[in-house]
Amino acid sequence: MARKDTPEQAEFREHCRRWLGENRPAPPAVRLPEMAIEVSTEDHMGYLSDWQNKCWEAGLVGSDYPKEYGGGGNHGFLRIANQEMSKAGTPFLINVIGLGMAAPTILHHGTEEQKRLYLKPLLAAEEIWCQGFSEPGAGSDLASAQTSAVRDGDNWIINGHKVWTSLATFSKWMILLARHSNDHKYNGLTYFVAPIADTPGVTVRPLIKITGGTGFNEVLFEDVVISDNMRLDEIGKGWTVAMTTLTHERGAAEGAGSGGGAGVEERIEGLVALAKKTPRGNGTAWDDPVLRDRIIQVAIRANGLRQTMRRGRVEGLIDHPMRLPLQGKVVMTELMQDAAAIGMEIAGAASSLYIRDENAPDQGDWPLGYMNSYGMTIAAGTSEVQRNILGERVLGLAKSK
Amino acid sequence: MSQPKDFGFGEDEKLLRDSARKFLSDTLPVDKLRKLVAGDHVEAYESAVQPLGYDENLWKQIVELGWTTLAIPEEAGGAGMKVVAVAAIAEEAGRAALPSPLIPTLIATAVLCEAKSAAASSALGRIAAGEAASIAITNAQGSWEPTDTDVVASQSGNETTLSGTASFVQDARKVSFFVVSAKNSSGIGLYVVDADAPGVTIRPDQIVDLTRDQARVEFKDVVIAADKVVATDGLEALRRATPSMLVIVAADLCGAAEWQLQTTAEYAKVRTQFDHPLGFFQAVKHPIVNAMIDIDRAKSLTYAAACEIDSEQATAEVAARMAKSAASDAAAFICSRSVQLHGGIGFTWECDVHIYFKRQKHNQMLYGDGIYQRSKLGEML
Ligand SMILES: Cc1cc2nc3c(=O)[nH]c(=O)nc-3n(C[C@H](O)[C@H](O)[C@H](O)COP(=O)(O)OP(=O)(O)OC[C@H]3O[C@@H](n4cnc5c(N)ncnc54)[C@H](O)[C@@H]3O)c2cc1C
Repeated sequence: MARKDTPEQAEFREHCRRWLGENRPAPPAVRLPEMAIEVSTEDHMGYLSDWQNKCWEAGLVGSDYPKEYGGGGNHGFLRIANQEMSKAGTPFLINVIGLGMAAPTILHHGTEEQKRLYLKPLLAAEEIWCQGFSEPGAGSDLASAQTSAVRDGDNWIINGHKVWTSLATFSKWMILLARHSNDHKYNGLTYFVAPIADTPGVTVRPLIKITGGTGFNEVLFEDVVISDNMRLDEIGKGWTVAMTTLTHERGAAEGAGSGGGAGVEERIEGLVALAKKTPRGNGTAWDDPVLRDRIIQVAIRANGLRQTMRRGRVEGLIDHPMRLPLQGKVVMTELMQDAAAIGMEIAGAASSLYIRDENAPDQGDWPLGYMNSYGMTIAAGTSEVQRNILGERVLGLAKSK
Repeated sequence: MSQPKDFGFGEDEKLLRDSARKFLSDTLPVDKLRKLVAGDHVEAYESAVQPLGYDENLWKQIVELGWTTLAIPEEAGGAGMKVVAVAAIAEEAGRAALPSPLIPTLIATAVLCEAKSAAASSALGRIAAGEAASIAITNAQGSWEPTDTDVVASQSGNETTLSGTASFVQDARKVSFFVVSAKNSSGIGLYVVDADAPGVTIRPDQIVDLTRDQARVEFKDVVIAADKVVATDGLEALRRATPSMLVIVAADLCGAAEWQLQTTAEYAKVRTQFDHPLGFFQAVKHPIVNAMIDIDRAKSLTYAAACEIDSEQATAEVAARMAKSAASDAAAFICSRSVQLHGGIGFTWECDVHIYFKRQKHNQMLYGDGIYQRSKLGEML
């Protein structure tokens, strides 16, 4: 059965629609990037924090969180707010890592004090969060993280090197996976919420992406002192807590937790429009049957993804509960990648023109989007790792490692 | 009409599908299927006329269960169910690689339902009473365009006669009548012709697929009674029925592909090489996962298209062509991997995988493969 709104939910959906219709912000002076993790200017950050804050005040953010932590205290409202924001095409919510990963993790594993302290400013976008999991030596094999946490009375001393840390330059807090013991791979991990803004010993350095832009960072910890009440759950439980975070990360990566943003549909419409306006021989690229076939192939995949999301809620048409949900990330990100690649092929010689060139088709969005698409197929569990998970958890194939 | 979120796949459809799945897995488990269609390779491929390889008794039970009357309107003696229900049954037929005239009968039903004439209703009544039918609309070249037929209907006085040959007629030897398209003075007409009518000769093809039969059907001055003229101008009916035809075959493709997927995954669990089950190796695991993703896409698109037909969406043809394209391509991939990943055993007659492989290759091209669907879509987008 498709999920039906309860009367309260239907009323809330109406509220979201009306509010979004009336409060859609004017676009910023400079066009927003496609995703929150690409935001790199103070202007965009200010614009988007204000927007999330307004949405929070209107009850569209954190709707399912308990009231005492700054939420709306409801059930099944979060999904509705996200659906409506995505339908309305309003700007994305900036505190993605906070909303998608930190908040559910804190709610699940935090003490009462931690929940009261961290959740409200997170939901209201007063404090931005980042995720300090990956390290130079620990990516897909996250449990091999080496950043150390050494107990010192009521404090911990942190030393180490986190990489690919999105939003770190704007963040007040980091969810941090660190190692308190080398005796066990998994049980040697402990999870913290670490203050990283204006903290002695913390250095945040932007890393330049393949696109030439900033986007993520490396974060160095040198004898950074943090209090033991910033530890989440027990010592040695870091891996379990990280699993909670990662379970939510997949949803966040699909956009479920992050509101609006550029969609697959727009990408496909853009491709068809590009083909129809790009001269090729005596006609346009759309007249080329080979190119057209490839465009239609991705259009079919895009519609397939949409229908699969629909089917995922029809109990009678699913064979395994995790089979469709676990596909979302890999299907969506690879589709976006392939669509951008075809966009470049359609643009042909002009795909060489980048974002600063006034002759670049669609302001250089195709080469930019193509390069950026690798962020999505690598971050939040690479496509290869996602395939391992699908094969093992859904089809029951032997674990690869 | 707006579309239901759940594709219109509710409790009734689920019950129908579940009981069909159970019935087929009980009555036609794969070892029985193998005995039925692939017992002997010489008989299968070297007989003068290929064996029919189907269980007439099982077919009678299927008719009694009402699967052939699902989409027939209640006025004509049917159950009047939606295309999603038909798709669900077709998916189960595919999963079982069911040798029977079920699929062609469902397709003929779709065409007759669109023709909306007295002759069409009486033909639907025959199906409702248990007869099987198949459409005969394809020319010798194998064109899927409804305008292309090698059969001509001529009129002299009150009498209509058909002459010419319909090619690639599905399960021709299992049905009692054909719905034939023929060129006439006003375009393309549709006619009901009994398989045993004077002047009709069925010339069986020698085909790869072991779960079907196929034939050229020759018409030599076949006299058509007035009450067998389904439409003198039948092109529109054929066009309107096209989405259903595509969805039915797409659903069959999805069901069979799911069997191929599960069978291949199972083998990757039990077969061990280099001290690991095959599925440990990512060159095995990842293609199986890719096949699953392809199949899920095809299945979602198939039910979405069925739902669009049911809700009378003008875009149903786009949706159905997308579904058939996705299903054909998904089948092509799992066909390839199912044989390859079984290794040497997959290359043998003894391994069940070939039965599905062959049905899928046939399904893949039926009413147009992926490339064909996409070239049609190119004209529509
Ligand atoms: C845009 C972007 C934003 C990011 N943001 C953050 C962030 O905010 N916080 C954070 O902590 N991290 C972040 N990351 C890091 C991300 O989680 C890692 O890059 C990712 O987990 C992969 O790790 P790695 O880069 O070390 O690659 P590796 O793990 O070294 O992988 C290299 C290649 O080997 C493949 N591979 C690895 N293991 C296997 C296996 N078992 N089977 C098959 N193939 C395998 C991978 O798929 C990949 O193709 C971000 C990354 C990107 C690109």
